[in-house]
Amino acid sequence: MSTIKITLRNSDVEQLKQICKNFNNDPGELINVLHGAQGLFGYLPAEVQELVAEELHISVAKVYGVVTFYSFFTMKPKGKHPISICLGTACYVRGAEKILEETKKQLKIEVGGTTPDGNFSLSCLRCVGACGLAPVMIVGDKTYGRVTPDRVKEILAEFND
Amino acid sequence: METIKINIDNKNIEVAKGTTILQAARNNGIHIPTLCYLNLEDMHIENKPGGCRVCVVEVQGRKNLAPACATECLEGMVIKTHSVRALNARRTVVELILSDHPADCLVCAKSGNCELQTLAQDLGIRQITYKGAQSTYRKDTSPSIIRDIDKCVMCRRCETMCNTIQTVGALSAINRGFEAVVAPAFEQNLIKSPCTFCGQCVAVCPTGALTEVDHTPQLIRDLADPTKTVVVQTAPAVRVALGEEFGMSAGSIVTGKMAAALREIGFNYVFDTDFAADLTIMEEGTELLGRLSKFLNGDKDVKLPILTSCCPAWVNFFEHYFPEMRDIPSTSRSPQQMFGAIAKNYFAKKIGVDRKDLVVVSVMPCLAKKYECGRDEFKTDGDPDVNYSISTRELAHLIKQANIDFAKLDEEDFDNPLGESTGAAVIFGTTGGVIEAAVRTAYELFTGKQLQKIDFEELRGLENVRSATIDFNGLPINIGIAHGLGNARKLLESVKKGECQFHAIEIMACPGGCIAGGGQPLHHGNADVIKARHAAIYQEDHDKPIRKSHENPYITKLYEEFLGKPCGELSHHLLHTHYFDKSKVEIKVK
Ligand code: SF4
Ligand code: SF4
Ligand code: SF4
Ligand code: FES
Repeated sequence: MSTIKITLRNSDVEQLKQICKNFNNDPGELINVLHGAQGLFGYLPAEVQELVAEELHISVAKVYGVVTFYSFFTMKPKGKHPISICLGTACYVRGAEKILEETKKQLKIEVGGTTPDGNFSLSCLRCVGACGLAPVMIVGDKTYGRVTPDRVKEILAEFND
Repeated sequence: METIKINIDNKNIEVAKGTTILQAARNNGIHIPTLCYLNLEDMHIENKPGGCRVCVVEVQGRKNLAPACATECLEGMVIKTHSVRALNARRTVVELILSDHPADCLVCAKSGNCELQTLAQDLGIRQITYKGAQSTYRKDTSPSIIRDIDKCVMCRRCETMCNTIQTVGALSAINRGFEAVVAPAFEQNLIKSPCTFCGQCVAVCPTGALTEVDHTPQLIRDLADPTKTVVVQTAPAVRVALGEEFGMSAGSIVTGKMAAALREIGFNYVFDTDFAADLTIMEEGTELLGRLSKFLNGDKDVKLPILTSCCPAWVNFFEHYFPEMRDIPSTSRSPQQMFGAIAKNYFAKKIGVDRKDLVVVSVMPCLAKKYECGRDEFKTDGDPDVNYSISTRELAHLIKQANIDFAKLDEEDFDNPLGESTGAAVIFGTTGGVIEAAVRTAYELFTGKQLQKIDFEELRGLENVRSATIDFNGLPINIGIAHGLGNARKLLESVKKGECQFHAIEIMACPGGCIAGGGQPLHHGNADVIKARHAAIYQEDHDKPIRKSHENPYITKLYEEFLGKPCGELSHHLLHTHYFDKSKVEIKVK
């Protein structure tokens, strides 16, 4: 276990409390509150979950339970350049898995992970609707089509600042 | 009462509207097996997630089998609890659970007492047809509780106890599907969570997923060490429950047999926590009277109500959730710790033994005591006043290991000087008992008059939150009682808001008090067991020749010889404590 300790700025705390208030601090609205919180911070660090628990008068364990139940929620900060690799049927049959493997190898992270320098994070998608370009890889807001494993390295290099 | 007619296993019966199939069956001698379901009737404790499906039955005209615990009876329902279809489904469900369960029964702490094991036995399961991956999770050992989540069947009883009943919120179901487990927030260990170590999760866990830390191996070594003098103290609630582990009926009083067994096991001195409970009353009662008289003299700063402090899980709870109120509880240590302090600082000297060579062991109905005796404030130069605490269940194992035929033992007495106690001390074992004991003494000390009637029926019972007013010679004293931490929270919130004016409040963390503590023989969801222990406690009190703490001759002697006066300087040093703000837990993330 490692310790990630973030300190919420006062303005963050106020905004988060406002989100809770928008849902009447109702424990039944936990999912919506967390949705809003993730919108604000990009992810749900422990401190955010603690504050939500306090505002909604429920236990932190319960909040954490919900965060870990829904794959939409994440506790890891997204990288500066989030990478998504499409694993929809078309991409898959055209070798998306190899692209994924190569990306994991290059960055030394797993799906859902973020590089230690915070530059990249990696996730998978189901069909982005660009099947003609399969296999598709998205970095930040740039989309790359017909990617081959040997191109992965150069694509990533574009974002290494 | 509106009733409906149903037919169950070819019997025509009439049940109240709203009755579940399971209740209807049980009330009519039909035992449908269950796993996740738990209902301590009259104590407002129910776990009914309807998740395990072990209780499925066939309802005529319905396509799917129905979970009996979560299905209401309807007019004219025809139910078969042991049709081939129901039996097969039930067996498949249990086999699937077993396929993701370690086959550790031979060496499991719960063996012989495990509801999953019983279920497999009752259903005659002889092989596990389904093979596949088994989920694994790291073991977590805290000072009181071991979590071995590989043995978890996701019944979520612990979650109900911890969240709904205790409102501690240390545990929650996390993750999903195969990965799902019950764990504290951020999957920290229990010690890093708000857990109070009340042990109520352990008390209801059907399997070996939650068990107590076992100190009996250490104890056996200490008993065999010739350089050590080993003394034992036994809590009030143990004597009305231990017998159950030896096949006796719930509510059997085994005080004398227990003393005999402890002597047989080899303890050098067999003492009684009840002695220290009498001492607690002297200290806590004096504290109450002190605050009362200040209040009556117009002192505006005096802290009232005074809250009892003999339950260590309750102490953990307010340190975590109500730290701003931590100057309200009595500063008196729990009887376990008072005993330890007297044993190591008074008794050890009396018999000429160095405190480090005196091993003080407690037998407790409680798992929080294991945590409590390790707190730094109860150590002198690293030597704890109470070396370790074993549960009622652990004592039963020890007696069995010592080849003692418990039921056949002759009754014996405790040793003196720390073995004599009064009826007031015995009732510490149940909700309402501590405050009744305090009232018996405080009344007489305050009014200078003898009580006409020793029994305060108005303080007894098992209702969640109770209150009563006792007449102290014209002065009405308002008393509140809560058991179960959720009820304690409610009572405390209303005190905080100034909604109720109490002079004294008793709180015990376990619903029912220590008689239903986390270290007691398992009740397996049968509230009658707890009620029988409750009645036995008052019986034991009733049968005692002395029933008021201040009349215990050995307590008087202890003050004369050693302590001076209640709440005096030495008492303050040895028998009182202080509390901490533990509202902030360190956050560690995977
Ligand atoms: S011991 Fe009590 S507080 Fe701790 S997890 Fe179990 S039920 Fe919750
Ligand atoms: S730990 Fe025990 S009580 Fe809790 S869900 Fe698992 S099996 Fe049930
Ligand atoms: S009520 Fe009794 S058994 Fe339960 S935690 Fe408190 S002292 Fe221990
Ligand atoms: S006992 Fe009925 S669903 Fe578990």
